[in-house]
Amino acid sequence: MARIGVITFPGSLDDGDAARAVRLVGAEPVRLWHADDSLAEVDAVILPGGFSYGDYLRAGAISRFAPVMGALVDAANGGLPVLGICNGFQILCESHLLAGAMIKNERLTFVCKDQTLRVDNNSTAWTNEFAAGEEIVVPLKNQDGQFIADDATLDELEGEGRVVFRYVGNPNGSRRDIAGITNARGNVVGLMPHPEHAVEAGFGPEGAGTDGLRFFSSALGSLLASN
Amino acid sequence: MTNAPAAGSTHSPVGTDTVENAAATPDVDLPYAELGLKDDEYARIRDILGRRPTAAELAMYSVMWSEHCSYKSSKRHLSQFGDKTTDEMRKHLLVGIGQNAGVVDIGDGWAVTFKVESHNHPSYVEPYQGAATGVGGIVRDIISMGARPVAVMDQLRFGAIGHPDTQRVVHGVVSGVGGYGNSLGLPNIGGEVEFDASYQRNPLVNALCLGVLRHEDIHLANAEGVGNKVVLFGARTGGDGIGGASILASETFDADKPSKRPSVQVGDPFMEKVLIECCLELYAARVVEGIQDLGAAGISCATSELASNGDGGMHVDLENVLLRDPSLTAGEILMSESQERMMAVVSPEKLDEFLAITAKWDVETSVIGEVTGTGRLTIDHDGHRIVDVDPRTVAHDGPVYDRPYERPVWQDALNADDAATLPRPTTPEDLRSQVLALIGSPNLASKAWVTDQYDRYVQGNTALAQPDDAGVVRVDEASGLGVALSTDANGRFTKLDPYTGAQQALAEAYRNVATVGATPLAVTDCLNFGSPEDPDAMWQLVEAITGLADACVELGVPVTGGNVSLYNSTLAGEVGQGHIDASINPTPVVGVLGVLEDVARVTPSGWSAHGQFVYLLGTTRTELSGSVWAGVVHDHLGGHPPVVDLDAERALAQVLIDAARQSLAAAAHDLSAGGLAQALTDAVLRYGVGARVSLAELMPRDEIDAATALFSESGARALVAVEPANVAAFEALAATHNVPLLHLGQTLDGGAGLVLDGAFEIGLDELRETHEGTLPRVFG
Repeated sequence: MARIGVITFPGSLDDGDAARAVRLVGAEPVRLWHADDSLAEVDAVILPGGFSYGDYLRAGAISRFAPVMGALVDAANGGLPVLGICNGFQILCESHLLAGAMIKNERLTFVCKDQTLRVDNNSTAWTNEFAAGEEIVVPLKNQDGQFIADDATLDELEGEGRVVFRYVGNPNGSRRDIAGITNARGNVVGLMPHPEHAVEAGFGPEGAGTDGLRFFSSALGSLLASN
Repeated sequence: MTNAPAAGSTHSPVGTDTVENAAATPDVDLPYAELGLKDDEYARIRDILGRRPTAAELAMYSVMWSEHCSYKSSKRHLSQFGDKTTDEMRKHLLVGIGQNAGVVDIGDGWAVTFKVESHNHPSYVEPYQGAATGVGGIVRDIISMGARPVAVMDQLRFGAIGHPDTQRVVHGVVSGVGGYGNSLGLPNIGGEVEFDASYQRNPLVNALCLGVLRHEDIHLANAEGVGNKVVLFGARTGGDGIGGASILASETFDADKPSKRPSVQVGDPFMEKVLIECCLELYAARVVEGIQDLGAAGISCATSELASNGDGGMHVDLENVLLRDPSLTAGEILMSESQERMMAVVSPEKLDEFLAITAKWDVETSVIGEVTGTGRLTIDHDGHRIVDVDPRTVAHDGPVYDRPYERPVWQDALNADDAATLPRPTTPEDLRSQVLALIGSPNLASKAWVTDQYDRYVQGNTALAQPDDAGVVRVDEASGLGVALSTDANGRFTKLDPYTGAQQALAEAYRNVATVGATPLAVTDCLNFGSPEDPDAMWQLVEAITGLADACVELGVPVTGGNVSLYNSTLAGEVGQGHIDASINPTPVVGVLGVLEDVARVTPSGWSAHGQFVYLLGTTRTELSGSVWAGVVHDHLGGHPPVVDLDAERALAQVLIDAARQSLAAAAHDLSAGGLAQALTDAVLRYGVGARVSLAELMPRDEIDAATALFSESGARALVAVEPANVAAFEALAATHNVPLLHLGQTLDGGAGLVLDGAFEIGLDELRETHEGTLPRVFG
């Protein structure tokens, strides 16, 4: 059975939800601890949402120095599928595995809502079960969710097809409506909205949406295909 | 500072004021009045001790005997909650009143614990931190029962929406509740937001937390087992929240020290999140014998309560407390209300394992004392004995007052001013414009501006959240077992009649829980009232407690714990005691918890498909006094609140619960503030499905006019939508329970809004803009 790791940092909040999502698609969730220096030979890793280290200093800025991150950066550069959700995305940016950064939402408040996203890149390890251009709904909930980067970086992301998700109705001022991106290799994906909160009918977006499931089944599918 | 000795006194009561010194210097005056103690209270402390208290002892007694900690004005009335509870009502109670929170059996070995508390005054002084630490405090109460916190709710009351100070308080409080709760990973599943001039300069910030545990995981705040260690862990102890202690310490006796202490505590939600996980790991490892959170009165409270709930005594060496500010005096350390701290009782053989777990979570920990067999609470500071008391005299035997109370002189005139005499709209145009005025008014308008700043998804178990009738969370993923929670309070009704108003709050919360399909099991309350030294406010409090306790018996649901917030009488400073506006509208927030065998069968509040039959259950009477209609349209508050018919509430609840179990109700929504007009609006806007309804049968059946049909706030009513295939079964179900039922109309398709036959139509867009635009327009 494919083993997908979920890292818990002090202040991680959605680690249990990410593990549940992994279980629901038939993979084995493996809980990883920030202070460990190995990834326990998992086949993929999720960095979950939350407020690791209270977002103190800057969201993700302290967690990137956690012992486990050394192993993660090496493995990601070696092609390990990695998904960063919300705070996990912020940590991936701080770790320079992904481009850009997040600042406070345009309205300066926490925003919690069901968010429509358009899938722009369905060739990553985490999106291959979506159709290109498909619109999906997953919850969005964050304080520092406004994606920024300089124009050259944004041009590069767009030029290389590395924008994975765009907001349909920009909720936070993110540049060019970008909700999620990938690295050049397509194995590391980060996004601000929360697919792990759209995996069970009745416990996610209004209308019983479970669009989030395909993030995790995509990863499982890629892992099975590569074995 | 009349009672303080002159600066430079050789008998400085701080630090060196030992028990021995206190016995040798009986004539030293202590500033007890500045610490809030009355002459007779101070005399009683001297009696108990047989000498004058040391400065440290005075610090402890003063905070523990405060209204906030001792409930001295409300205690003799609150006893009704326990006294009136029958054995039958207790059958689901695993832990009742008296511990940090009540614990309720919900079946399959699962239990839940829940409580609501106030943080009103700090939230006026510093809205963000006041609200944040209000959430933090109630969450620690839940942790200390051995439970994992799984949800929060907040009950907020602000001044008039247009008042210049309301912006400051609203922005601060809402971001404080969100900033703290969101960072803890606790879904916010509901609550209340209301605006009323009576809360100006006296906002109410109540916070409720729900926790889940297995029966065998219950922990209590008892210090037992001689030789067991007393361990303090979490954040370090600093100088916050010790405004009172400053009188004893720096300001009087040492001009060189940082004298101005913040009176409002500052929260660190990250620390609290780590503390939650750390405590749960400690419980799982079975290394905790007893535990208590540190809240009001800090170490004074935790040591004296743990010791007096146990079977022996306790000794503490205060120099072992880890400090954020090394200049703190003993009295300040004892009174400090620094947040995110817990105190555990740990057996010596499990101490290493305990310390290994706190180290894993980077939680600072120190052993500060141990359980003794002396029956005394003794505290040394640097080898000097500064406290030697019977802990019960500090924690439990505080003063109990029988405050005078009397029906206010203005009450009869207020009740005589009935809203039935107000002009009511009769033309379709007027009815339509008043419906719009109501659904866009601050207290009925959508609260999404607030709730969209709270995380409702985290933990993945939220089945319903605001704006549904109750918040619903799944407890057991395997079986779908879950709980529903609703809180309610109507300050306007309670002002008109505190006995009935408190019962209405219970009836509404009970009805809300049943509306989603849950069986009501238990109650928590937060009683927000005026000054107990004002006979008017005291009367309101006594009436409300009595009404609530009586209604709990009728409905068979016990109060499991709660909180009292008095002295909400800021305006008395302007208008004077005895004036009708001297105190806030009395606001008894009542929370009802219900159980659902399977949250998958929960009934939603909104209409989701066309062609469903829309039914009104219950009877509508001409009950407009205290209504939102009277307030919004006529700026009127007078008369008697709607009557409470608890038999009717119970019958209605049974229909709603059975309808959910049998999957007969496609949607259900209770009628309360704003009456039928508001309920229809909510049901349409939830998922954007409209309806055509008619009042043609309702008006003659209940002998009311159209305005009363739309705006009356009679209790024991609900709006239920039923698929055509289930109509016969649903009608039969209502008949079985003798609940009056009327088919009002059908849900519509094609983006229709609300159509009132023969009167008016309001399109979906206009309905939405009116209902959802108000708060964003005011607060940005």
